[in-house]
Amino acid sequence: MQDFLEFRTISKGYPGVQALSNVSFSVRKGAVHGLMGENGAGKSTLIRVLSGDQSADTGEILIDGAQQHYRSVRDAFHAGVIVIHQELQLVPELTVAENLWLGRFPGKAGVIDRQQLTGVVSKKLAEIGIDVDPSVKVASLSIGERQMVEIAKAVMLDARVIALDEPTSSLSSRESEILFSLIDRLRANGTVILYVSHRLDEIFRLCDSLTVLRDGKLAAHHPDISKVTRDQIISEMVGREIANIWGWRERSLGQERLRVENISGAKLRHPISFSVRRGEILGFFGLIGAGRSEMARLVYGADARNGGTVSVDGVTITADSPPHSIRSGIVLCPEDRKFDGIVQGRSIEENMTISSRRHFSPFGIINPKKEGALADKFIAKLRVRTPSRRQDIINLSGGNQQKVILGRWLSEEGVKVLMIDEPTRGIDVGAKSEIYEILYELAADGMAIVVISSELPEVMGIADRIMVMCEGRIAADIPRAEFDERRILAAALPDVQNANTLSHAQVR
Amino acid sequence: MTSLKKLLLGEQGLVVIFALAFLVVSLTVPNFLTERNMLGLLQSVVTIGIVACTMMFCLASRDFDLSVGSTVAFSGMVAVMASNATGSILLGLVAALICGGLVGTVNGVVIARFRINALITTLATMQIVRGLALIASDGRAVGINDPSFYQLALSRFLGIPTPIWVMALFFVAFGFLLNRTVFGKNTLAIGGNPEASRLAGVDVARMRIWIFALQGLVCAVAGVLLASRITSGQPNAATGLELSVISACVLGGVSLAGGRAAMTGVIVGVLIMGIAENVMNLLNIQAFYQYVVRGLILLMAVLLDNLRSSAAGRRA
Repeated sequence: MQDFLEFRTISKGYPGVQALSNVSFSVRKGAVHGLMGENGAGKSTLIRVLSGDQSADTGEILIDGAQQHYRSVRDAFHAGVIVIHQELQLVPELTVAENLWLGRFPGKAGVIDRQQLTGVVSKKLAEIGIDVDPSVKVASLSIGERQMVEIAKAVMLDARVIALDEPTSSLSSRESEILFSLIDRLRANGTVILYVSHRLDEIFRLCDSLTVLRDGKLAAHHPDISKVTRDQIISEMVGREIANIWGWRERSLGQERLRVENISGAKLRHPISFSVRRGEILGFFGLIGAGRSEMARLVYGADARNGGTVSVDGVTITADSPPHSIRSGIVLCPEDRKFDGIVQGRSIEENMTISSRRHFSPFGIINPKKEGALADKFIAKLRVRTPSRRQDIINLSGGNQQKVILGRWLSEEGVKVLMIDEPTRGIDVGAKSEIYEILYELAADGMAIVVISSELPEVMGIADRIMVMCEGRIAADIPRAEFDERRILAAALPDVQNANTLSHAQVR
Repeated sequence: MTSLKKLLLGEQGLVVIFALAFLVVSLTVPNFLTERNMLGLLQSVVTIGIVACTMMFCLASRDFDLSVGSTVAFSGMVAVMASNATGSILLGLVAALICGGLVGTVNGVVIARFRINALITTLATMQIVRGLALIASDGRAVGINDPSFYQLALSRFLGIPTPIWVMALFFVAFGFLLNRTVFGKNTLAIGGNPEASRLAGVDVARMRIWIFALQGLVCAVAGVLLASRITSGQPNAATGLELSVISACVLGGVSLAGGRAAMTGVIVGVLIMGIAENVMNLLNIQAFYQYVVRGLILLMAVLLDNLRSSAAGRRA
């Protein structure tokens, strides 16, 4: 059969990152094509380019032999390309039928023809075998049903290419099965499905062909999935040269510093326990959504705990709120610097001393000399590149902003446990190794450090030990001597078989 | 950018514009630059000026308070009624402060602890408190029994009426509070990014309650001075004050999105409001037109602010 969807030498760069370089592959008509890769491999960027949300720097997309020039999501719609994201795009307060017609309601002079509205929809839903009442509000549907409606919307728009981004991430196993049979029917109708998933079992269950991306490049293209093995795909996902930009060196580890026991919360229902020693850098690896950040936020007291204890140097910390954690010596550099880290519109100095200024402010009156001196000290120590401490933090590069956040905690003094979530996301290579050096120095001074990262090479490069998380649980605890990319990645990938037994157990 | 543009859109742009406007008005409007008129002008902005001090904190922390006008009227009312009943002006003052502080604290607790939108919460308390003032007085003005109560507003120090001194004192104190204390810096931080501030160890909820409580107390002070000046407790006093105060703050460059505020800006904003009204009075412009002019000034100030931030964005 002929190629229906073709990517030709697609490249796309963002400031500091080449997200895609020269990616070319094609998909046959009526095929379900899998797209795999680690976090940051370029899958989302490719999907965005396909959806018209962003345009590629170079390269072109062909559909049925015709070159596409669309510049917006709307143009992509007209070309028959529809991307279904993890966050669904339905209006909860409207009915299923209304959602499916949204933007082009049938009727005359602004009066909606209700008969046509539901009539056409019920016919269409029956045709593709979706069992949902078109007259109920979307708000009353389950996530799985909403996903079906989203797909029905694509079918209503006569989509020729449907891309699904991690569609089963929030579905139960039964809902997933219903989704799979729907995908099978669409395939039979000749629709091209691009299926992005981390779950190898699903890929093998559904896909006819597969593309693996790595570091923005095409790592492998398999026109026939029956000729590849699970292990082969994993090595294609990770198979990179590891350059030694990490600068890790042996450190002597002291006594246990942080101990977390059976901690759990609303977003992390299975209790988690671990401990970190003085001078140790513990890496947390997992796919996005594995629960690493949620774990750190619970330890820090940023989110309410359901249970569990945190102790530092053998002393249990009773309260769970950021101010208490800071006073007990536990701090967190959050994952999303822009939304949870920096205070935009305020100076480097204020951002740095936001917590520590209480130490030199008798009766709450700040001593500006001491504040300035402290800020200057850490600007110099952490090599923050800025003309002045009064500079608005928004003007700094990502790496320098991260250093200011580090300075915020180092100026506290008495920090015993530093948790840092995605320490170098969006940071250029030079600043990256500076930040690693800072972490090594702090560890050498006896701090216990928890590094959370979605980048496997980074965790393997700088951690003394790695905890792998998968779907809210700790899947593996691996010392540095036994680091092995495949083993770590295999532990991080969810297994549908396990998930099934678990969700059944929960039902009972 | 030309240097004129740079001056107008820079940090001190508003001050420059104010100085120019003041100069022009002094030269062209008869009787403007006289001692009597200047004192009258300042006295006319005392209520707005005092309340703007804490409104600035409220806006800087991304909050909003519509209940200030009602609180001013209510606490003025309470001061008069309590001092009439007890015969002690001091007790009247204390009662007013307690009532004002209570209204503010209730606002703060509802907004910060129960997470109700500040606009809705204070819209509700604005009506509740106005209602309480009307109920307490049965809708009528309550006269002051003890003439020495008048002295709060009438007395002078170094030739300048006490309320103006009080306003000046508040300007200095709240300017210091904003720029030199942990409280002020934390206010700006939670306005700039509440979640980041919380994760940096700032107790955001407690801060917000304090800011509203302070706002209530300051309204009580303004209410007492107003009652003394109009020689009675008026349940309908200070209607629409909230909008004038917010206008003055916005004129002064306080960002409604939070995180940006300066005392000098607010002072200038308050004075611009006062001067506009004063000049129109001196020129015998009908009061109806004054609303239009005030609205136009506010719109222009916001547009200027918008230009200024996009200019700052380009520089960055």
